[in-house]
Amino acid sequence: MSKRITIDPITRIEGHLRVDAEINDGKVTKAWSSGQMWRGVELILLGRDPRDAWAITQRICGVCTTVHAITSVRAVENALKLEVPLNAQFIRNMIQAAHAIHDHIVHFYHLSALDFVDVVSALKADPVKAANWIQQYSDWPMNSKEVMIATQEKLKAFVGTGQLGPFTNGYWGHPAMKLSPEINLVAVAHYLQALNVQREANKIVTILGSKTPHIQNLAVGGVANPIATDSQSVLTVDRLYAIKTQIDKLADFVKKVYLIDVAAIGSVYADWTKYGAGVMNYLSAPDFPIDTKGTEFMYPGGYIPDGDLTKYQAIKSFGDDYFGKGVEESVKHSWYTYSKEGPLHPYKGETTPHYTDFQDDGKYSWLKAPTFYGKRAQVGPLAAVLNAVAAGHKPTTAYVTKVLDTVSALVGAKVGVDALHSTIGRHAARAVRCAVMLDLLEANWQKLIDNIGKGDVATFNKPVFPKGEIMGFGFHEAPRGLLSHWTVIRDGKIANYQCVVPSTWNAGPRSEDGTPGPYEASLIDNPVADPEQPLEILRTIHSFDPCLACAVHVHDQETGKAVKVTAV
Amino acid sequence: MRAVVLGVGNILLSDEGIGVHAVRALAERYVLPPEAEAIDGGTSAMDCLDQLASADLLLIADCVRGGHEPGTLVRLGDGELNAFFRTKISPHQVGLSDVLATLNLHGIAPARTVLIGVEPKSFGLGMEPTPELAARLPAIVEALAEELKAAGLTLVPRAG
Repeated sequence: MSKRITIDPITRIEGHLRVDAEINDGKVTKAWSSGQMWRGVELILLGRDPRDAWAITQRICGVCTTVHAITSVRAVENALKLEVPLNAQFIRNMIQAAHAIHDHIVHFYHLSALDFVDVVSALKADPVKAANWIQQYSDWPMNSKEVMIATQEKLKAFVGTGQLGPFTNGYWGHPAMKLSPEINLVAVAHYLQALNVQREANKIVTILGSKTPHIQNLAVGGVANPIATDSQSVLTVDRLYAIKTQIDKLADFVKKVYLIDVAAIGSVYADWTKYGAGVMNYLSAPDFPIDTKGTEFMYPGGYIPDGDLTKYQAIKSFGDDYFGKGVEESVKHSWYTYSKEGPLHPYKGETTPHYTDFQDDGKYSWLKAPTFYGKRAQVGPLAAVLNAVAAGHKPTTAYVTKVLDTVSALVGAKVGVDALHSTIGRHAARAVRCAVMLDLLEANWQKLIDNIGKGDVATFNKPVFPKGEIMGFGFHEAPRGLLSHWTVIRDGKIANYQCVVPSTWNAGPRSEDGTPGPYEASLIDNPVADPEQPLEILRTIHSFDPCLACAVHVHDQETGKAVKVTAV
Repeated sequence: MRAVVLGVGNILLSDEGIGVHAVRALAERYVLPPEAEAIDGGTSAMDCLDQLASADLLLIADCVRGGHEPGTLVRLGDGELNAFFRTKISPHQVGLSDVLATLNLHGIAPARTVLIGVEPKSFGLGMEPTPELAARLPAIVEALAEELKAAGLTLVPRAG
């Protein structure tokens, strides 16, 4: 029997996602991923001063503000061939690392862990047993039995009020929920602790970025943080030491809690290493530049075709030709028209809306379908981690080994890197990347201190826009994966601007030749025990960290259910 | 006493951003006392968690779709806000209601929450509100100022 289900949120939040799936004999056999909102920011930017683009593009999305800001200044700097002072690179690197840590922690604990953790089951746990269990794996002080007892009391009181808040739409008691009440309780304790910890990460962004949610300190050519060793109104050594305290708090949580949790939960859900691979071409950007030109990076990036790490090809610098010439976007299945046939390079990109209804074999999404040398590519922490391992990046390899060894010990069998090509693997890779981000945050903090110590306080090189036309692109390895902005500037004004965002790579519809995108491909063969409660589909889609993952959890105003189900 | 005035909305989508425009206009019209902080929250409610924690008054400015004439102002207090979040008339509720529930879970929710909402006309592309809503900005600013004054804060009008 074939059933078609549609998971379609009704509220209007940017990045809105609809997923359709055909289910046969308890498995997904066909899937469509559809962006439900038109993103027209490109049109707003036309004719504007390129120095303002970053402040506007950071409003595209409520979750990914900082990353659009950084990518935008990089695009304009690339067009101008403008170098950026070392201090500015280090400050930007610290902001992006802190933002990524915040984002990864929130994604795992607050936006997707509840796909695997049954909160209501935690009420039945024996808190002493729960504490004893987790203390075998981690000496985090907040794993004590006192904390577990207090967590359970808090949860009881909260559930007692009838206002479940963030837990409202959970699939409690679903047959695919497999954790014991004790592990569920540990996970709930860490969920609550993570809420406090993510605030520490946000404080770093606030101190360096002058303001949050929207940072204020960027500028084409550097940053607007004057550095001084003697004034309170600017970035001082005192403030930098305050940041170090926040970094240390974060490090403890990520290494003693997040990495352990992802391994522990992953080991119980080991069957999810068999589902969700989808598109196995992995694309990521090198990032954390440590020279003024953007030719040396602390974090490698590149392309891996067909999941074969030996075929890794590096992307080497800002403005890299291999990357710059490889990207195209198709609108054959998207609600746009181009002025000519075939896909377009982002410099030639067009944003002309052409809405039809949802056509299974025609147009069905506001997202375009990007390709890299004609191939679909998966982006995100998994792509970043696999590329880093392929490039021989030591910190990444060490954390991957640590997580896989922990999982191997828990399941009593050797689990290798291949297990990462999966739904659960994407969560593991995100935890690994989060740990690497902490090391990079700390390293860039040290580099900034050392560079200021040498007497270099420069943070800004003034941009000068020539007459005539220039073009440039900027990329950034954002929490959701490779983000690139492409701009054409004519006589100092923006003549074209295209954002190719991570969710477009992953959630885009079928491409020119009909090849499904990563979301669509990853759902094939995904089990679905109960089409009325398609928890398993959410698990795989959430593992990509869709922007505003909460959006696919919302209630339908009319039926009160999260899905509309129609038999085909 | 600590009050937070939070403007929410996407300023790239005309009236969607009216809450942000209102909070900016409030700060331009009045010198806020040190006990009050005006925040341009955009659509990033989660990132405002820290600032909202343990506030005595959270005053939200947002657009609210209630089927009224564009520009109609509504005021929702604590009891009404739960219903507001349940029936989902604001486009930002997922983020904002989750943040409030989260603060609640931790026992650090604002003591009192008030929402000043305005009926939008258009969510079309554009960095300015529609003329109908732009014309209502002074009234929204005054509604926000009244709430702060009622909470015992002193607002000094800026010259000019």
